[in-house]
Amino acid sequence: MTEVLTYKDNKLDFEDMFRKSEKTNGHVASFLRSFREEAAGSFIKSGLPGQNTTKYKYLDLDGLFSREYYYRFQQEIVHFDINHVFKCDIPNMNTKMQILLNGFYYGGQDSLVELQGGVKCGSMLQAAREMPDIFEKYYSKAVGKANDGLVDMNTALWRDGYFIYVPKNGSPGESLQVVNLVLSERNLFLQPRNMIILEEGAELNLVVCDHALSRKLSLSNSVSEIFVGANAKFDYTVLQNDHNSASQINYNFIDQGRDSRVEGNIISLHGGLIRNNHIVKLSGRGAENYLGGLNLTDGDQYIDNYVFVDHAVPDCYSEQFFKGVLDDKARGVFNGRILVQQDAQKTQAYQKNNNILLTDHARMNSNPQLEIYADDVKCTHGATVGQIDEEAMFYLRSRGIPENEARMMMMYGFAEEIIKKIKIDSLRERIEDFIARRLRGEMTRCENCSLLDR
Amino acid sequence: MLIIKDLHAEIDGKEILKGINLELKAGEVHAIMGPNGSGKSTLASVISGRDLVKVTKGKVIYKGNNLLDMSPEARSHAGIFLGFQYPIEIPGVSIINFMKTALNEHRKARGEDAISPSDFLKLMREKKALVEIDSSLVNRSVNEGFSGGEKKRNEIFQMAMLEPELAILDETDSGLDIDALRTVANGVNKLKTPKNATIVITHYQRLLDYIIPDRVHVLYKGRIVKSSGRELAMELEEKGYDWIKKELAND
Repeated sequence: MTEVLTYKDNKLDFEDMFRKSEKTNGHVASFLRSFREEAAGSFIKSGLPGQNTTKYKYLDLDGLFSREYYYRFQQEIVHFDINHVFKCDIPNMNTKMQILLNGFYYGGQDSLVELQGGVKCGSMLQAAREMPDIFEKYYSKAVGKANDGLVDMNTALWRDGYFIYVPKNGSPGESLQVVNLVLSERNLFLQPRNMIILEEGAELNLVVCDHALSRKLSLSNSVSEIFVGANAKFDYTVLQNDHNSASQINYNFIDQGRDSRVEGNIISLHGGLIRNNHIVKLSGRGAENYLGGLNLTDGDQYIDNYVFVDHAVPDCYSEQFFKGVLDDKARGVFNGRILVQQDAQKTQAYQKNNNILLTDHARMNSNPQLEIYADDVKCTHGATVGQIDEEAMFYLRSRGIPENEARMMMMYGFAEEIIKKIKIDSLRERIEDFIARRLRGEMTRCENCSLLDR
Repeated sequence: MLIIKDLHAEIDGKEILKGINLELKAGEVHAIMGPNGSGKSTLASVISGRDLVKVTKGKVIYKGNNLLDMSPEARSHAGIFLGFQYPIEIPGVSIINFMKTALNEHRKARGEDAISPSDFLKLMREKKALVEIDSSLVNRSVNEGFSGGEKKRNEIFQMAMLEPELAILDETDSGLDIDALRTVANGVNKLKTPKNATIVITHYQRLLDYIIPDRVHVLYKGRIVKSSGRELAMELEEKGYDWIKKELAND
């Protein structure tokens, strides 16, 4: 069951795709139909977001979608050695690993896995069948009216993704890891839809690794909804390490309850085109959100981070700290917006974006914004785009450190400010090692994944 | 050890050094004094190899080699150390990592193997004690958030770690209270051997109460206008720089 995603007369033929999709969608939970139809209607009206919007000013989505991709309605059978994938696992890190292969939960969609503390995880589709009450209670609530064609498209067409549920005061006791693999003989379009639910007082550490290994073109448009209940703690690290031919657009919608705490670090080591949307709503008093981002981008790669933090209630804290190193002809975008609503007194919100350009051809557009309607708040924002500090270079060299090594240390130090926030020691050490080798030009992608060599 | 002959240098096309002559032997301590803007820091920059200063004429010979042909790192390997007037903050680079890398580069240049982790820690402990630097400081990023005194202590700590043959201390006393000054000076004195030499650049005589110079030079408008023994520093303290300026005007 494979369809070609077609693009004709300067338009994505979405309607045709949606019709075909609906014909095969009979088995999916019926309550999802109304969401699909509504989203399809919205998309037909709006189409893909254009470059006339601030949000997508620098990204030519039409150009991206005008290539030919195949879209699958069902899990494709791909033969690969799972042991190779397990090498992606972080040494000495106890994690429960789950795999999404081309956007579908791999390893059985027929039942959710139950872990310690009542934690359940598995296929999104299966969650809709197996836990309909929970599923219906949360599904699409964080997305709400997204006013974004790509989100509508995902809602209208998604076929699977991963699902994690942590019940009240529960915790799986160890980190969970989700590996997003893209592996195909054809150009592929994929649209995983994921949901993570932490009920009141729950705790979860999650590591997400994006590995598009395919040499073929791939385009992923993924949407994740993350619900963090009152007093719950969610800690996540995303490691993006894709092949140059991979493009990915991610939406993380995070909704936080009272006194909840979320810490996320997004490390973008490699990828042809990466667009991350971090959309955070602080809807319970005392909620805290920390978001860190680091990208090392070179060649013709493109990295684009969009952040929107909505301080809807008083006494919340948010901090976004994104850093980028851009080499060769790489392009980068940071677009951050903090909204402090009228009632959100005593808000603390800080946003920072610092970048180093290593060549005259690399380009970075940074646009941090604050929009404040309350009068008793502490907010700052700022952005820098610059070169390596020559004074500091001289300082290091005057102590006997050769120029190349000094430059390496400077870049590494620049990255370290983000990396040091990663709490899982073995993961942080692994990422430090990745970054050191990436900066030395010794690594283009996660070399432990030898899938390509088969 | 160091011979400077008729050194002329400019920054952004403006001539700052206008014919410096200086000779320094192993075991000596020389002080270079002078009013602001006389070219003291520019001289330190030329010796350490900062490329914003352009040498237009003259020679700098260090241990028989033409120093001006050498990169800053090669000068460091050859035993030259500059204590910065304004030490640079480098976020994300820990002092430990910085010093380990620097030390191993020095060893590599001498054809030695990298230092073992236990020997490195031992060395760190020993040198930290010498300059009375707070242990928690060395785990932090280089100079980041350090007070003025901590930055200067850190310079002397680095000097102790690298054991240079020729140290140039550029205004190491500025921004130090009297206790910190004494500690820093003690550190310098303890590192003194008959084989190494020190150039102390200072505006005030104060530091020279603790680090006793063999020679004192007065730099004024890009030239060394007076050289004498330690007593010159005292005289300057008493009479100020105007005395020299007047004397020159009368010549």
